[in-house]
Amino acid sequence: MSEYTGYGGNSLEFLKANQVSVGDSVRILTDIAYHGIVMPRYEHGDDRHIVLKLKSGYNVGLEIKEIKEIKKNPQAKTTTEKNADIKRDATLPKILLLSTGGTIASKVDYRTGAVTPVLTAEELNSSVPELAGIANIDTRVLFSEYSENIMPRHWLEIAKAVSEYHKSDYAGIIIAHGTDTMHYTSSYLSFALAGFPIPIALAGSQRSSDRASSDAALNLIGAARFLTECKTNGIYVVMHQDENDKTVACHIGTRVRKNHTSKRGAFQTVGGSPAFLVVNDTVHNNMKGNFFADDKFDPKIMINDKVALIKYHPGYDSDILKNIIDSGYKAIIFEGTGLGHVGRDMYDTVKMAQERGIFMGMTSQCIDGRVRMTVYESGRDLLDLGIVPLEDMVPETALVKAMWATAYAKNSDETRKIMLNSIASELS
Amino acid sequence: MDKNLGIKVGLEIHQQLATNKKLFCNCTPVEPEEYSIKFQRRLRASKSELGEFDPAALFESTKSKTMVYYADSKSSCLVEQDEEPPHELDSDARETALIIALALKSRVFSEVYPMRKTVIDGSNTTGFQRTMLISQGGYFDVNNTRIGIQSICLEEDAAKILGEEGTVKKFGLERLGVPLVEIATEPFEVKPDEIRKIALSLGRVLRSTKRVKRGLGSIRQDVNVSIKNGGVVIEVKGVQQLDKLEKIVEYEAKRQHGLLQISEKIQQRDWVYDDKARIDVTELFSASKSKIIQDAIKQNQRIVCISFTNMAGIFGFSPHEGIRLGKEVAELVRFFGIGGVFHSDELPNYGVTESDLENLKRHSEIGADDAFLIMAAPEDKVCMITEQLVSRIEYIRDHGIPTDTRLATQSGETKFLRPRPGAARMYPETDIAPIIITEKELVKIRENIPRSWDDSVQEIETKYGINLQLAEQIFDSQYMKLFEEILSRVKVNPTFVASVLCYSITSLERRGLDSGLLRDEEVFELFGLLGDEKIAKESVEIILDEIMSGRSKSIDEAMRNAAIEAVNEKDLERIIRDIVYKNAEIIENQKERAAGPLMGIAMKELRGKASGKTINELLLRYIKERLGDS
Repeated sequence: MSEYTGYGGNSLEFLKANQVSVGDSVRILTDIAYHGIVMPRYEHGDDRHIVLKLKSGYNVGLEIKEIKEIKKNPQAKTTTEKNADIKRDATLPKILLLSTGGTIASKVDYRTGAVTPVLTAEELNSSVPELAGIANIDTRVLFSEYSENIMPRHWLEIAKAVSEYHKSDYAGIIIAHGTDTMHYTSSYLSFALAGFPIPIALAGSQRSSDRASSDAALNLIGAARFLTECKTNGIYVVMHQDENDKTVACHIGTRVRKNHTSKRGAFQTVGGSPAFLVVNDTVHNNMKGNFFADDKFDPKIMINDKVALIKYHPGYDSDILKNIIDSGYKAIIFEGTGLGHVGRDMYDTVKMAQERGIFMGMTSQCIDGRVRMTVYESGRDLLDLGIVPLEDMVPETALVKAMWATAYAKNSDETRKIMLNSIASELS
Repeated sequence: MDKNLGIKVGLEIHQQLATNKKLFCNCTPVEPEEYSIKFQRRLRASKSELGEFDPAALFESTKSKTMVYYADSKSSCLVEQDEEPPHELDSDARETALIIALALKSRVFSEVYPMRKTVIDGSNTTGFQRTMLISQGGYFDVNNTRIGIQSICLEEDAAKILGEEGTVKKFGLERLGVPLVEIATEPFEVKPDEIRKIALSLGRVLRSTKRVKRGLGSIRQDVNVSIKNGGVVIEVKGVQQLDKLEKIVEYEAKRQHGLLQISEKIQQRDWVYDDKARIDVTELFSASKSKIIQDAIKQNQRIVCISFTNMAGIFGFSPHEGIRLGKEVAELVRFFGIGGVFHSDELPNYGVTESDLENLKRHSEIGADDAFLIMAAPEDKVCMITEQLVSRIEYIRDHGIPTDTRLATQSGETKFLRPRPGAARMYPETDIAPIIITEKELVKIRENIPRSWDDSVQEIETKYGINLQLAEQIFDSQYMKLFEEILSRVKVNPTFVASVLCYSITSLERRGLDSGLLRDEEVFELFGLLGDEKIAKESVEIILDEIMSGRSKSIDEAMRNAAIEAVNEKDLERIIRDIVYKNAEIIENQKERAAGPLMGIAMKELRGKASGKTINELLLRYIKERLGDS
């Protein structure tokens, strides 16, 4: 926090002229007297007010033109936070906690007044003392980003960091992550780190960790419990099962989706039940087979972000598709209607993509269920035009898999083979 | 005693607004018929904006409760369940809060910051109450005294507690999020009996806006009490009835004064706590005859003795009646779910015998000058409770009165509720942008400031031609709006309507009947029938009785059940003539005064079927006829 966070124009000048900065304890005289601490201001605010935290804890905006006098109290500035010391217990397993940002690590942001991901992995760990009773937690900060700002290059960064620990003595790795795109990241890690020997849990929260009702603590506790007791490997998304602070669900990282904007239980396994449930500290296994088709760790940490995900809809302008083709994209995943269709108006452009050797895969905007392109004539037409039905792969998973596959496949045929070969439980 | 103590009192009034919506969503706060939604949560203390933990929040989290919430989809939505961010601040509530602030001549902030006030006792699903400071300063006058306003906040009401079993607390969400205006006055020095008048006046300022809820539970007052010379401001919550205020203030002042004396007394003793003072005496008491101790041992609790060197006589010392350190300590442990403590000054008692005590003293090396406490507690709580208990006694020794938030009891005392929360309990509500209040908005609202309570009452008095007392009562009652609506729709006597609403319904309630069963629509219908002379005045209370007792579900049914039907004029004349004829003897003897006893006979037969006035007129007419005949 700078001395004048958020202040600009008149209010900044006012503070400077009175030699007052953020964090100072002051007495302000208007018609009545106010005592409080000068707080940072949000950037979207005007430059006519200063923000004061009164002794009662309330923040209020005072208009500077009404201030007759502002006097600094001689006391020292408020102290900074300290984290509790964490005890280590040699008999417990070890877990690595990587933080990447997200609501799970958020508190108030004085730039905007909303929350921002700023807590470090260490702060997260110390805010959930129960974790120390499950495992000895080492922490590492990768970056602090909300999930909408997480790009394929961040996936590479996470995957490289994780792969360093493939021969470590960690029981597992927790990745604290924003929830909006958590399932993209989990998909990427599932493919790029295929066969990774220890389990990885991506954990997030729907209520920021600066509030008493945050779901962060239970999700972290559930993740730690899961990693130490699941006796398997794979990449999982670990979040609340529903609105209760009771059951934590561990979803297969390639079959999971965020299906609600705000509920705690927003994440669901598409077309099935969660792979594991953690209820009252007990881990229940619901896995039908192995997570990885091949348990040999064979990292391929690469990415090609020239892959498009197209959601077809009535009135879709095929020129958009044409632009994608002309922009040098290597693969296109369609989120088609129903069993896997796009309209007749698209055929010519689809044919153009086929001729350019672009891989085209079909998923369904129904989200749940399998595509089947032989039932209707349009499906058969599209098969002829080279679109590959991707079974019941979740559209976002298909996108990520194609980004990864096209990064090392030599041609469209090889991409096709990789796409149809189940690597990390992405097909069921 | 009061004058010597120099009692200062501040009032904090929480008034629900009648917006019929929640503060941050559109749900209607109605009593649900049944709860269709149920979920469970846990709350954890989180750090404040300045990186500290709030003492009250930390304290609450030591109790580690599970909350079970019950909801229905009409009175709450995902916002109350803390499953969705709050919607926009309701504009009606905003306007009402500003009207109240301006009516009290308070200074409105041009930038208002919604805050989260940490409350982790479970009464808020979020773990905080959304609240915003709207204004500071201002005043109102009571008789010739000017009472200053400290602050006015607009905030959310909490969830309603349904029950508590062991470590589970149950809440209903229908009340959560109902808009409240919280008004805190400056502390004022008055005689305790004047406090009630001040609270009433402030309530009347609010009611004059006609935009606040009325009726039971719609207004709650907390009271801040301090005394001169060493007193601290203690907030007492949950004063339900105004007439308890006086007693509570007196008790709390007495308690503070007493604690200061206890503090001085402890300072004279040479007492220092060390960890060796706490010993487990479960074995020692295994043969005790005390039922309380035996029950605790059966429940696998530990019996613990905490000794206090040189403190003999301190726990039982009572500077005022009912004020003792022993009681302070007992309140604290009860807060943690422990039944209570025995202190040495009250033993032997409760089945703890002299020989138990001899054993204990020998075993624990407790001397004649020492005091001790005995309590039973689950093993995992012993340490924490001992710490809390000792630090409270140390605090009393070093500083006098602990800064608690206290709760008013039914008997007019106060008991420990939680440590007083500090500024650390406030955190900016990051889900809502600051609220900008422009001068233009205030100018418009200033034009709409309601007339004062006195003026409003006077207006009712003249407009409806009812007396002052009744006008005051109807204006203060929850039926003011209904009263005005009835009179705008039906031609009936305003005094009668007001007295039915103010007195008849209340007197039926006193008999245990439920006014909740009475819907506004039925009240309209009832007075409509009266206006059309389909029923008599006397029937009104009979019908209310039918409905409020639950015997009848509608006016129709009530009339059938109570055999109320208006008798037509001819039948009425015939019945009364019959009565006069049958009671000729009384008329012979008493002449015109016979109207009295005959009226009684007639009313028995005609109650509710014709108005008393008509019956009386007819009786007189026929009696005269008969007397003339003879």
